[in-house]
Amino acid sequence: MSILDTAREAAQGLVQGAMAKLVPLAPDSWIPGGVPDPLIARKHGLIGTSVSRLDGALKVKGAARFAAEFALDDMVYAALAFATIPRGRIATLDVAAAEAASGVVVVMTHRNAPRMKQPAVFGSSPTAAGPADLPIMQDDRIHWNGQPIAVVLAGTQEQADHAVSLIVTTYDVEESVTSFAAAKEKGAAPASFMGQPLLNEIGDADAMLAAAPHKVDQVYRTPRHNHNAIEPHAATIAWVGGDLVVHDASQLVSMEAATIAGVFDLKVEQVRVTSPYVGGGFGGKCLWDHQILGAAAAKLAGRPVRIVLTREGVYRGVGGRTLTEQRVAIGAAAGGHFQALIHAGTTATTPHNNMPEPFILGTRAGYAADSFKLSVDVVRMNMLANTFMRAPGESVGTFALESAIDELAADLGIDPIELRIRNEPEVDPTSGLPFSSRHIVEAWRAGAAKFGWDKRGLPGARREGEWLIGMGCATGTYPYYRMPGAAARITLDRAGTALVEVAAHEMGMGTSTTTTMVAAERLGLPLEAVEVRYGDSIIPGAILAGGSQQTAAIGAAVIAAHNALVAELLKLAGNDSPLAGLSPDEVGSEDGGLAKLDDPARRESYASILHRAQRDHVSVSAEGSPPLELMHWSMHSHSAIFCEARVNAVTREVRVSRFLGSFDCGRILNPKTARSQFRGGMIMGLGLALMEETEFDERNGRIMNPSLAEYHVPVHLDVPEIDVIWTDIADPHTPMGAHGVGEIGITGVAAAVANAVYNATGTRVRDLPITLDKLLV
Amino acid sequence: MTPFSYARANNAAEALQLGRGGAANYLGGGTNLVDLMRETIAKPDRLVDVTGLSDAITDTADDGLLIGAAVRNTALAEHPAVRTRYPMLSRAILAGASAQIRNMATVGGNLLQRTRCTYFYDTDGSRCNKRVPGSGCDAVGGFTRIHAVLGASPACVATHPSDMCVALAALDAVVHVEGAGGARTLSFGDLHRLPGDRPELDTVLEVGELITAIELPPLPFAASSTYRKVRDRASYAFALISVAAAIDVVDGEIRDVRLALGGVAHKPWRATTAEALLRGRPATEAAFRDAAIAELADARPLRDNGFKIELAKRTIVAVLGDLSGATA
Amino acid sequence: MPILVNGSAVALPNDPRVSLLDLLREGLHLSGTKKGCNQGACGACTVLVDGERILSCLALAVQYEGRSVTTIEGLSDGDGLHPLQQAFIDHDGFQCGYCTPGQICSAIGMAAEAKRGVPSHVSADLSTDVRLTREELQERMSGNLCRCGAHNGIIDAIRDTVAAELAA
Repeated sequence: MSILDTAREAAQGLVQGAMAKLVPLAPDSWIPGGVPDPLIARKHGLIGTSVSRLDGALKVKGAARFAAEFALDDMVYAALAFATIPRGRIATLDVAAAEAASGVVVVMTHRNAPRMKQPAVFGSSPTAAGPADLPIMQDDRIHWNGQPIAVVLAGTQEQADHAVSLIVTTYDVEESVTSFAAAKEKGAAPASFMGQPLLNEIGDADAMLAAAPHKVDQVYRTPRHNHNAIEPHAATIAWVGGDLVVHDASQLVSMEAATIAGVFDLKVEQVRVTSPYVGGGFGGKCLWDHQILGAAAAKLAGRPVRIVLTREGVYRGVGGRTLTEQRVAIGAAAGGHFQALIHAGTTATTPHNNMPEPFILGTRAGYAADSFKLSVDVVRMNMLANTFMRAPGESVGTFALESAIDELAADLGIDPIELRIRNEPEVDPTSGLPFSSRHIVEAWRAGAAKFGWDKRGLPGARREGEWLIGMGCATGTYPYYRMPGAAARITLDRAGTALVEVAAHEMGMGTSTTTTMVAAERLGLPLEAVEVRYGDSIIPGAILAGGSQQTAAIGAAVIAAHNALVAELLKLAGNDSPLAGLSPDEVGSEDGGLAKLDDPARRESYASILHRAQRDHVSVSAEGSPPLELMHWSMHSHSAIFCEARVNAVTREVRVSRFLGSFDCGRILNPKTARSQFRGGMIMGLGLALMEETEFDERNGRIMNPSLAEYHVPVHLDVPEIDVIWTDIADPHTPMGAHGVGEIGITGVAAAVANAVYNATGTRVRDLPITLDKLLV
Repeated sequence: MTPFSYARANNAAEALQLGRGGAANYLGGGTNLVDLMRETIAKPDRLVDVTGLSDAITDTADDGLLIGAAVRNTALAEHPAVRTRYPMLSRAILAGASAQIRNMATVGGNLLQRTRCTYFYDTDGSRCNKRVPGSGCDAVGGFTRIHAVLGASPACVATHPSDMCVALAALDAVVHVEGAGGARTLSFGDLHRLPGDRPELDTVLEVGELITAIELPPLPFAASSTYRKVRDRASYAFALISVAAAIDVVDGEIRDVRLALGGVAHKPWRATTAEALLRGRPATEAAFRDAAIAELADARPLRDNGFKIELAKRTIVAVLGDLSGATA
Repeated sequence: MPILVNGSAVALPNDPRVSLLDLLREGLHLSGTKKGCNQGACGACTVLVDGERILSCLALAVQYEGRSVTTIEGLSDGDGLHPLQQAFIDHDGFQCGYCTPGQICSAIGMAAEAKRGVPSHVSADLSTDVRLTREELQERMSGNLCRCGAHNGIIDAIRDTVAAELAA
């Protein structure tokens, strides 16, 4: 195993060993980011300027083509039938009427589906993307209420939908666990996340809690959630010769291609997954059964297939966030100093996947304390595999932790911001690593001043007409991640334009725009001279649009490719160039060419180099450095969230009237799109706080509100004008000094709302969502 | 969607002719029926498009209003006579659905909306007596946040989802219908049913009977009426509970009052008990509270909806208080 | 009689089950109109029929014989943009872009309603003229869900264009 492989696996948590012990001790300069990215120091370029989305015109005209909008000749439409029991076997499956229905081409069930291998479950290898370690339509077994049991292909969607309604199924029901209480009775096990145990114990937290003069000790609960991207999952799929093309809405094209190749026993290069536009992802647009079923049915029918999940189908077949039950206990001295911090609880997953909602992640580096006990236990339920949803762990974990801190602050009579600042850690309190960049105190101060925090009164003190008004705040946090495996290809032509290709994804984050800005800046080219291609598995490397890591992963890959490009250009430049004799680390890109760093007059344009070398273009690919920085520093984004909530004194309806997010997320690359990411996260946090819940019927594991009418997400009238500010302090150890901004926005928000509701009413709700009934009692 | 044929009627006579026999459904704006067909809850073999029926809103001889069944919800809500003489009706309509849906939905169709009970909607996975008579009810013991606290039966605990109908119930609207047996009128309170042991029947309409118009009798004191809807998000959500009310207070005494509740029962709930208690009483918060308590006296909570009882009482008191300017 | 779609005559579908939405997307390849829920709960499929905003997913195409349908593709010619489309870009009134065509069509229909004097749920007084305050815009646009959370930018874009024209 090479050191690169070891580092890669260590970063993924697959190896706990020498690397993980050595990297923290290595000199900074050995570590990626140990020498600051030169772009951090560049103050007058594109970075930090507000650039409108480069794909904006296409999107506002409805001309951006999404997965369900590829029209293929001879294409047929798919519809799915779903199981209605949580566990058991199919006893009878009568598809005769469906097969006889008008327009039907084929009805696929476990009886006639092509034989397929089980998809490699996410986490089992660097390219595995399968939702669970279950075979897909290969036998009569039912593993969850809602599992696809048949696929109908027909000439039109109307015909397919009708035919699927004619399928009649009976089951032999087997014993199942569909209630959380029953699952807990069967016993909980310690959970691990990405290969690492979700457990931290420092000192004797129980004893210190017992001895503490002040304490809060409460249980907080969060329900199941669904991503609810407005674009339903869809794929247009064709077999071309023996190869497979999947036009998908995907957050992980390369991993998906590799996993599907495994399922159909193909070489990776025989499967191409494209995903040019994704109509919202949030963790939900990964590999689920429908892409594989669509490909299998296309194979069976010998025709291209369009498979678009119904909204109900999205709930039946695409997992969401699972539920949590979290105890937070804090013991504190009279001055507020934390003596014990306990954050422990239980979450549910299935026997077939391993994604415990890791709600303690944000607590690990949140506050200093004399002792810690942080743990997540997991129970298994017979249900659809749960998955990542925006800020898995932190979104719901911060609700519990930051509510508890607010409760403690009230008990101590200390301002909750002050209490947080008093417990600000010097180094990461659980890993001992130094922080790469932590400016949360600045964020708190700036936010409090702008929001008018000093106007906050006692609980229940402020009323305007029927409305009780309160203020609340909370800290949000999300780690800086950078996953291994990212690559970039840069192709520079004689006209002085560059094509940058990354196997990344644009789901609305603004990735295609910021990548173009950063690449242009790094190459010393104007924005118009750079084209970025993405969302296609034939591009080298693998970049997951998850963990808010895309920007960093792309950034590091482009750094590597740029370094390779400079070396290649110097070779091509030859002895007649003003650059002759210089080594790659002596030159940089600027103004359409290369120049000696300490003598910019010594330069030559890209066009001139290529012209002399008689080359139309030069193309290089490189993989980003292994992300050893994650083991060397404690790397996190932070936010201070402020909320003003209004609670109707009569009906107890809650409306948020003001929000301010003060963020510490490194250097902001494109303020325009970053602001939208922050706001978007906060609005999803508003939904999490006040209205979102996937109703899972514990009698039979059936999701009962599989619809946007009955699963409430915030509407325009729920959303106040949201003020967003940021420190804009570059993290010296990341590409461009930036952090990802996709997930930090949702964190802390639910607690800020709950704390504001408490301040408005004097009632503490510890069970999300904060619906009016919980305030009426 | 099960295959069906489609025909368009230009008037009621044509509609009745086209709708005769078989499993025909009248189609208005389609905002509920098309969804129910897609869910295979409704499986008509024929759709008779009745949006060609009267969409006129005209004054009646006694200063009421006659509203054609094909009047769109938006058109009714924005009509000057409705806004000034029956504002609770405008407000009820505007509190419902979204602007797009209100632009499509007809008045006649709104009356025939079916419940939002999620067990009713779960065609494959749940038992529902309303959907399949005699099959059982999985809502009881399940998620019942949006379900009935008044007038439910062991067979069905669903609620009627319309906002508009709550106002029509309060306003004593008259429903004009035509069928094979000719034309007849129904008082609004008689149109919708309580579930009893026949929850599959939402209304008393005969098969093939067609709503042709709604008539609003004159009610001068409705000029200051209102509609208040309580819901889980600020807009575009069905009511948890709602209150339509008009009150006529003369010298501090309640001369007359109209009160109806939404979100509490299988039908728009006319609060006759409360009304009877209030007439002749002084317009005080105490009187409103007594009336609200009496109206909800028979309320029976399910697993998740006990809060509706207190919520309804509070909202009734607040709405009547606002309308009458009463103080504690 | 055909349906007019962005000014072009289009034959009615043979199958009366075909929604106006599916006629546009699958029949005419006008995929700018989006399918988000297919059950009237998200607004992504909003189009204008004779200038009024409706949900094309709940509309059976056969019901719209002789009517004039305008979709997002019909709002501008060639490379040009409708002022509201440009404002959506300027205010970053979208992220993934999937709900965007519906938001834009809805806002245009909304402005026409307001101009006509249609009140809303948040109008304090039903008898006076409509003033498109921020709250009014938010209520009137609440039938269009956005999951990315571009609500602020959407309302800003509308305020700057179609709502501003009304105030002028």
